[in-house]
Amino acid sequence: MSSPLPLSPTHTAAPGQGRLIPRLLIAAALLSSLLLVVIPLAYIFYRAFAAGWAAFAANILEPNTLHAVWLTVLVALVVVPVNVAFGIAAAWLVARFRFPGRGALLTLIEIPFSISPIIAGICYLLLYGRQGLLGPWLAAHDLQILFALPGIVLVTLFVTSPFVMREVLPLMQAQGSDQEEAAVTLGASGWQVFRRVTLPNIRWALLYGAILCSARAVGEFGGVSIVSGSIRGQTNTLPLQIELLFNDLNIAGAFAAASTLTLIALLALVAKVVLERRR
Amino acid sequence: MALVIENLTRRFGATEVLRGIDLAVADRELVALLGPSGSGKTTLLKIIAGLDWPNAGSLTVADEDWLARRPQTRETGFVFQHYALFPHMRVRDNIAFGLTVQPRPRRPDAAAITARVNELLQFLQIETLADRYPAELSGGQRQRVALGRALATSPRILLLDEPFGALDAQVRRDLRRWLRHVHEASGTTTIFVTHDQEEAFELADRVVVMGAGRIEQIGRPDEIYDHPASPFVARFLGHTVELPVTLQAGRVQARGLDATALPRRALPDGPARLFLRASDITPVPAEDGRYRITDLASTGALLRVRLTESAGVEMDAEVPRRTATALAVGQAVHLRVQAGCVFVDPRSATAPPARPTVPADAPLSELKESLP
Repeated sequence: MSSPLPLSPTHTAAPGQGRLIPRLLIAAALLSSLLLVVIPLAYIFYRAFAAGWAAFAANILEPNTLHAVWLTVLVALVVVPVNVAFGIAAAWLVARFRFPGRGALLTLIEIPFSISPIIAGICYLLLYGRQGLLGPWLAAHDLQILFALPGIVLVTLFVTSPFVMREVLPLMQAQGSDQEEAAVTLGASGWQVFRRVTLPNIRWALLYGAILCSARAVGEFGGVSIVSGSIRGQTNTLPLQIELLFNDLNIAGAFAAASTLTLIALLALVAKVVLERRR
Repeated sequence: MALVIENLTRRFGATEVLRGIDLAVADRELVALLGPSGSGKTTLLKIIAGLDWPNAGSLTVADEDWLARRPQTRETGFVFQHYALFPHMRVRDNIAFGLTVQPRPRRPDAAAITARVNELLQFLQIETLADRYPAELSGGQRQRVALGRALATSPRILLLDEPFGALDAQVRRDLRRWLRHVHEASGTTTIFVTHDQEEAFELADRVVVMGAGRIEQIGRPDEIYDHPASPFVARFLGHTVELPVTLQAGRVQARGLDATALPRRALPDGPARLFLRASDITPVPAEDGRYRITDLASTGALLRVRLTESAGVEMDAEVPRRTATALAVGQAVHLRVQAGCVFVDPRSATAPPARPTVPADAPLSELKESLP
């Protein structure tokens, strides 16, 4: 096969060799993504359905697993809106204002990215636990944070808090405040500026941030495993339930739960792709 | 008097961006704020709109304290340098924005808004663009839409920040003429910021020259062009040649210089500096000329003459090419100057640089003349 481009005589010996390296690189990339991503994902579904649809349904509908699915969705439903509101507020503050401590705030918001979630879990344990700083006060007021929904939500919030802000901030910084100032001189109130100018401008970044945030929220394991106490049918989220089933040597159940979690994450990704197409 | 600014000061940290601005703008006037970047003109514009706040000073419109008003109720239309159109709205909705965000009791109904938008689209000659998005418009078209959006709420004062800064030369010229027409037809008091003197002079009724946070001069375009009030204004307006001279009985004197065409100045005798534009200098061949022609370059209509003084000082003169046939490289010449401005050399004078050609109260007295 000859090269479609006319090459100078000094290059006539090179084409075969010239195409070899790119082909090797492409093959390596394909192979590694197959081994690292595609095959494991496909295998989850293969194992989940290996015993047939009925077995799969029975595994999913097992009360403890079903409760874990519900709890995971509930946590995401609480965490994502809170993070969207927090992310917009933080991005707006950092993008539009100069104030002392701005750099410190930026670093603070990124801390959850750099700290292992398990550390967050332990911090919450030390803070809210029975022997913790706030433990006696919480016990006196009959408030249950740890080994209950509030603890799971708090840790998940901590872990996922930077996502929305990180997506929205660069866009807000790039767009500057001219449009918002223009709206103000035209008589728009603060809320009108936000709803009609700021929000439409950041809506795609916001959506992307929310989708990443949901994916992370449903998948969070380390931090949640510390504060939830892993009480079956009560404080077990889906990732924890998968581990429990796996430790119980209930491999089919573990794969069924894992495939459900994967499906939720994939749905979030598909939603993102679809929305990006439509913009 | 539409707008009066007194002793306005603005600091960003240790930097003084505005250092005591006094300015009065009459109803229906078109005023240019002219100055190099960093002179504070955009900050002044933003303070008028309420997008920035002064550290001291007052701003009144029709004797009402405008600093007490929120930007939403200042009734100013602001056109941003890069237009700041709302990218997710069609042209029609961009223009309607100011009307649709008014508080409910004052908000016109949908039919009235549509009518007003159509009227503006027609007035600004952009009817065909009504249903496009800003990304589908050229720079000049965006500028028109931005102006339409600012005019929709019938503002009392229209503020434009470098309105033609981002456009190419031909579009600039067309839009300049068009803006002048829009101003005459709408009668809105207008203040615009520019660093382009040609733009300021062609458009404005009055030009305010700003430098380093101060107003250097206020006047009608020709007046400023002919009589810069300070060395800063002279340099900014293209007086690129500076010569040390001596003043005697109001006359400019220097060896090798024929300045008899200049009018007498009411300035004290002694050393001074003469500021000249290249086009105000005519080299006249003379045996004992102090300057020597070292280069000649034609730009078509003009001949650029490079002159070198015996001490090594160099300068450019520009003469119409057809009248300068006698000039040749190596020739010794005198300089005859047609126009120029003289300032007492600040290094030798004890008094601060005066404003020799415009009396201190000039802005107000001129303004009175320009009022109906």
